[in-house]
Amino acid sequence: MSGAAPMAPITAAQAPAAAGPARWWPLLGALVLAVLPAAISPYGQDLVLRIMTLAVFALSLELLVGTTGLVSLGHAAFYGIGAYATVLASPADSAGSLLPLAALAMGSAALYALAVGALSLRTQGVYFIMVTLAFAQMAYFVFHDTKLGGGTDGIYLNVRPVLMLGASTLVDADNKLHRYLLGWAALVVTYALLALLQRSRFGHALAGIRENEQRMRAAGFATYGYKLAAFVIAGALAGLAGFLTATKDGFVNPEMLSWHESGAVLLVIILGGLGHLRGAVIGAIAFVLLKEALSTPALMGPLADRWQLTLGLTIIAAVALLPRGLIGLAALWQRGGAR
Amino acid sequence: MDLATFAVQCLNAVQYGLLLFLVASGLTLIFGIMGVINLAHGSFYMLGAYLAFTLAPLFGPNFVLMLVCGTLLAGLFGALLEWAFFSYLYQRDHLQQVLMTWALILVFEELRSMLVGNDVHGVTAPAWLSGSIALGSLMTYPVYRLFASAACIVIGLALWAVVNRTRLGMMIRAGASNRDMVRGLGIPITRLYRIVFAGGVALAALAGMIAAPMSSVYPGMGGHVLIVCFVVVVIGGIGSISGALIAALLVGFVDTFGKVFFAELSGIGVYLLMAVVLVWRPQGLRGAST
Repeated sequence: MSGAAPMAPITAAQAPAAAGPARWWPLLGALVLAVLPAAISPYGQDLVLRIMTLAVFALSLELLVGTTGLVSLGHAAFYGIGAYATVLASPADSAGSLLPLAALAMGSAALYALAVGALSLRTQGVYFIMVTLAFAQMAYFVFHDTKLGGGTDGIYLNVRPVLMLGASTLVDADNKLHRYLLGWAALVVTYALLALLQRSRFGHALAGIRENEQRMRAAGFATYGYKLAAFVIAGALAGLAGFLTATKDGFVNPEMLSWHESGAVLLVIILGGLGHLRGAVIGAIAFVLLKEALSTPALMGPLADRWQLTLGLTIIAAVALLPRGLIGLAALWQRGGAR
Repeated sequence: MDLATFAVQCLNAVQYGLLLFLVASGLTLIFGIMGVINLAHGSFYMLGAYLAFTLAPLFGPNFVLMLVCGTLLAGLFGALLEWAFFSYLYQRDHLQQVLMTWALILVFEELRSMLVGNDVHGVTAPAWLSGSIALGSLMTYPVYRLFASAACIVIGLALWAVVNRTRLGMMIRAGASNRDMVRGLGIPITRLYRIVFAGGVALAALAGMIAAPMSSVYPGMGGHVLIVCFVVVVIGGIGSISGALIAALLVGFVDTFGKVFFAELSGIGVYLLMAVVLVWRPQGLRGAST
């Protein structure tokens, strides 16, 4: 198709990401996030939990877009399926068991990702973008048009899941702080998993596919299998984000699978900066805070009701001015400071 | 299903398919030539519908004149948009364009809400188009739907003539098959981009105007059309107008008869069709093999 658009912002990123003091940033961030609830209001906790959930979702897509070079515009399907699986498999009047529910959410999302990936990975480039979009839309209509998950109204999670150890309750998702820590744990595990994956042979193969798939194939890699594996892992992690959202909100509806959601999460990782795991997290922070700020009447006055307009214009400005995302901004600033 | 019902459903399918074709042809050209994945294309369809809502009372019986004026306005708007938002993005990654168009949807939806509110509106067809004709002894078919199909066919033929019989069309076809080569041959590609984008916007808005009297005019109406048109473009093959026509008619039939036979799961039909086509021909029906 293209040719005109080099994938430079992605390429430049890879290796030096872990050099120097920067390699300790993720660890520091995790520690700060862990003790943060002690210092902030319940409202702030909610906000941070929203950021962490979105960050897990964004990281899962980053594996596809940033690491493997597969641009999916249907990632919300796996997110929504994970959320629906959580709610549908929870008992109606008692608390479900947390770990099996999370596993089920990830498993069902991974299963759909396997089917979608097997078909859509036959296509490339722009086709792939649209095919993933269409398959997500298909899942959307299943939940939207049938009574499976309450139709357009969505469905409530009556009792949030718990993690039992013997007779004692270890984690109770009904507790606000427990919910926060659950989100924190999911983010840390996802980040660590992806960081390890990127350093593994598998991760290097994915990076190779992003750079030049033909060469990888010539070198003897069965690229289709690698891409499919990445697609399934990304789907499972998106399912985990869906599980988090379902336990956080206690409610799911078909809009979770809509293409607006897929577009939003793609926006998050591009805004943050592709090619870095950090970018996905920074993008999630920026997106949630930006949306929150733009829809707060105290800050925006009468424009707060029109936050879509201001958010849209901000994104347009960001696209125009920050071709490498917020990460690129940081690099620019560092260079300026060194001078 | 008796013969008359079948005939009515077929007419509906063709009419829906042709309307989709108008939107999808613009989308496929913008894709094929500019490489822009235009998520905001559905918004231009919506723009057309609201244009019809605004202009119809002014023009009264001169419905066709309204369509022409609306199309010109939309085309002008498209050229302006291309200049303001896209002209500096061509050298960038595709993803940035996706993001830009996604942001434009937000802006358009909010502007629409500020200008005309969030109510559902109806557009009445002029008197000379509002009757129905008898089909068999029991069924009738609205004249306006026939007019819509006829209008789409005329526009489709005009599009075919422009693309296949003019110098501009030659450049467009060349651009769709090899953009870099066209640039290399010294064809002013930026002007071509602007024309194609404006044309795509005009076609989508025209489809929206034609559709307005048949469906109500409501917020978010562009989203559904956009996704179905993506399916059409994928099935037909990117950059291929004839492929878009075949695919649009296919989708029209699958959707219409899916609603008749499997009411509950009809939303899935077109996506299944797309999956089948992709397994069989990953590059679409009329797409060049890669």
